[in-house]
Amino acid sequence: MAYQLTINGQTHEVDVEGDMPLLWVVRDHLNFTGTKFGCGVAQCGACTMQVDGVATRTCVLTVANAVGRNITTIEGLQSPQSRAVQAAWVQLQVPQCGYCQSGQVMSATALLEQNAEPTDAEIEAAMSGNICRCGTYSRIKAGIHMAAAQLKNTGGAA
Amino acid sequence: MMNIQRLLGLASESTNVSRRSFLKLTAAGTAGLTLGVTFSSSSAIAQATADAMEFNAFVSISPDNTVKVLIKHLEMGQGVYTGLATCIAEELDAAWSQVVCEHAPANTEKYANLLMGQQGTGGSTAIANSFMQMRQAGAAAKAMLVSAAAAQWSVPASEISVRDGVVSHGSRSATFGELAVAASQQPAPDVNALVLKTPAEFRLIGRDDTLRKDTGKHNGTAIYTQDVKLPGMLTAVVAHSPRFGGKVRSFDATEALARKGVVNVFQIDTGVVVVANDYWSATKGRELLKVEWDDSAAETRSTNTILQQYRELVDTEGAVAASEGNAASTLSAAGEVEELVFEFPYLAHAQMEPMNCVAKVDGNSAEMWYGCQSATGDQAAIAQLLGTGIENVKINTVFAGGGFGRRANPASDYVLESVRIAQQVPGVPVKLVWSREDDMQGGYYRPAYAHKLTAALGSDGKPTAIQIRVAGQSIMAGTSMAAMMMVNGIDITSVEGLSDLSYEIPERQVELHSPTNGVPVQWWRSVGHTHTAFSKEVFIDALARKAGADPVQYRLDLLQNNPRETAVLKLAAEKAEWGTKVLPAGWGRGVAVHTSFGSTVAEIVDVSVTGNTFKVERVVAVIDCGIAVNPNVVRAQVESAIAYGLSAALADEVTLTDGNVDQTNFHTYRVLRMDAMPEVETHIIASTNPPSGVGEPGTPPIAPAVANALAAITGQTLTRLPLKLA
Repeated sequence: MAYQLTINGQTHEVDVEGDMPLLWVVRDHLNFTGTKFGCGVAQCGACTMQVDGVATRTCVLTVANAVGRNITTIEGLQSPQSRAVQAAWVQLQVPQCGYCQSGQVMSATALLEQNAEPTDAEIEAAMSGNICRCGTYSRIKAGIHMAAAQLKNTGGAA
Repeated sequence: MMNIQRLLGLASESTNVSRRSFLKLTAAGTAGLTLGVTFSSSSAIAQATADAMEFNAFVSISPDNTVKVLIKHLEMGQGVYTGLATCIAEELDAAWSQVVCEHAPANTEKYANLLMGQQGTGGSTAIANSFMQMRQAGAAAKAMLVSAAAAQWSVPASEISVRDGVVSHGSRSATFGELAVAASQQPAPDVNALVLKTPAEFRLIGRDDTLRKDTGKHNGTAIYTQDVKLPGMLTAVVAHSPRFGGKVRSFDATEALARKGVVNVFQIDTGVVVVANDYWSATKGRELLKVEWDDSAAETRSTNTILQQYRELVDTEGAVAASEGNAASTLSAAGEVEELVFEFPYLAHAQMEPMNCVAKVDGNSAEMWYGCQSATGDQAAIAQLLGTGIENVKINTVFAGGGFGRRANPASDYVLESVRIAQQVPGVPVKLVWSREDDMQGGYYRPAYAHKLTAALGSDGKPTAIQIRVAGQSIMAGTSMAAMMMVNGIDITSVEGLSDLSYEIPERQVELHSPTNGVPVQWWRSVGHTHTAFSKEVFIDALARKAGADPVQYRLDLLQNNPRETAVLKLAAEKAEWGTKVLPAGWGRGVAVHTSFGSTVAEIVDVSVTGNTFKVERVVAVIDCGIAVNPNVVRAQVESAIAYGLSAALADEVTLTDGNVDQTNFHTYRVLRMDAMPEVETHIIASTNPPSGVGEPGTPPIAPAVANALAAITGQTLTRLPLKLA
């Protein structure tokens, strides 16, 4: 069946079964491979995209339910918060194997878009759905604080 | 025995042996072209003027001034791109910003791990085996640049200087790019004549502010196996037997084949394959398969039964792995004895990227795309399967989304599975994808073990004799490495860290039982040290408590002939303010020190306890890894190794019920998340010794340090992982 999706501001039409998760539509049919597959059951966060501005596990969101929603993948990040997060990730050398990091960046960006100055506890609450087996958690936390400080210093610009 | 270990790079050795091995390696490095650096002639290169000029097997320079470094190891997060490139750029005197990295192809002759004798990544040897070789490759390329400039400018080479990618003489200068074509045609220099820098002359090695070279991981552009796209590529999933050793009796693919997107269904030796246009269709097709399994040769026991067997085994004499004096008779005559029995579960690696591999088979040749960790082994296995030579097997290596040991499989399990699938669709690239459940239930776990440690204590509370019994599957038995890694039936990796006990105890006996069963097992970050460091360090702490001694001082007293562990432990105690820092109420503090992969790490842990729950609050770690090529990467690896080991200390456990793996995904195999990550402070011992392991040595001390902290505050001696307070 044909579905129309709005991804990174562009309209895409795909012909797939309605039960296909958005993750696989994006990866296998639209060839955006920045978003990763880690668990398939919304446990690890590697597949995180923003759906209507909310960090969402797209391995369990069907294409049928993604129609009409505003979807952002790692490839489409543009907000000042996302740029600050990515700059902090580079500066603090956060990624190791890096496989989970697209999801980490998406969750961190969504957090800062909702909460300009999250505390450690708020960061842990927002980020504990994203697993990193390399254990880069301390640097992720420091990266979020660094991005928040940078945004504050520049009045929200990145 | 230890030298064989070191050659394979999979196991640890005592500090002294490590130093000797390094000296040997260094000597080989300076003695001649025994390094696999096959410096190329320039004839083949001259035609490709627009492309990168190849200087040697590791270094190419383009007219656009890019220095391309070929990395012979797999980048799986441990920072090997950065480390190896640093060594080359150091001696080449390149600007860090002009260096880019690429994985080298599978080519044992050029790209062998010098400590393994084959191309492969593991045993925390990437920097250790490459340190001299990469520096020589960089120095050789620099010498060719200098020769070319000397010829162009008609000046003596000795008057030319090189810095940050610029070659200069007086007022004249040229970039590497400008000299690339002419320099690549210079004769390769005599490696023996190359003068390498002294540590005091290093400009990149030891620097903290260079950015990693495995880029694109913050914006989704880095490419992993999962991201490989090829024209016409299909995706395959496999229905594996729920029990290890089960076989397909029969299957019905009628409904699976009717699912949209499913292309083909067929049987291979590991199960029933569903090939489809995309992953989701393949998965849905697999759900519609009807498979009857033949469990006649399958493992049908439960882990409770297996561990019960191990507990019984450690009550009996095993094969002697190490012996000094007559520990048994001293123990039987001793007045004061301490004894603890330890238990360790099976562990899955659970790397973030589930196992996967892309293969294309055409006649008797294959091309592969994946995060290849054992190039020599995989290439040979594929060639053997296809009945062809290794020259017909091309391996393209991409980033791996974590490995922790799993991707270096002695049986090339997932690699051969992908080739067997690709054989059924000739000429078409097929991506084999394991789901998380396939991965977690797919075996090749860190084996389960039981240990029993018994010590006789002298009047001063110090052990006079120790008997150690270990029971658990051998990870080497039955593999191609058994001949080298097993001596008189003893798998060295089952007892490493205990058979070469660092504490001075006059009489000691280490015995091993290596029962077999149907659960596939494999190394897991830090191999045998994952369990041996735990029993050793928890036991020594229990002895210290029994003696009423301070745990750090008690260890130091037993380490008087081990200056390295002494120095690391002392620095950790100093940095953590051991014995002086006042902890909040309900907090406990514990210590552990262990040497593995040529490096020594001490960790001091603070835990907070509430009822029967606890949180690890802070870890102070000290590592002696020789020269820290990139201190930031070293710290990152120590943080990572602690997180990985802590995950196992807190919750990781694979259990079987009647042969079926109970855990399926991250909701039942509960790995460490951010809310349980402690603050980690890492200190690196300043050293001019050659680099030793970094990726693994931080893992062994964390679980015992946590257990010892819990014992300090609760009085409970925990001897089973994962840790649970009563």
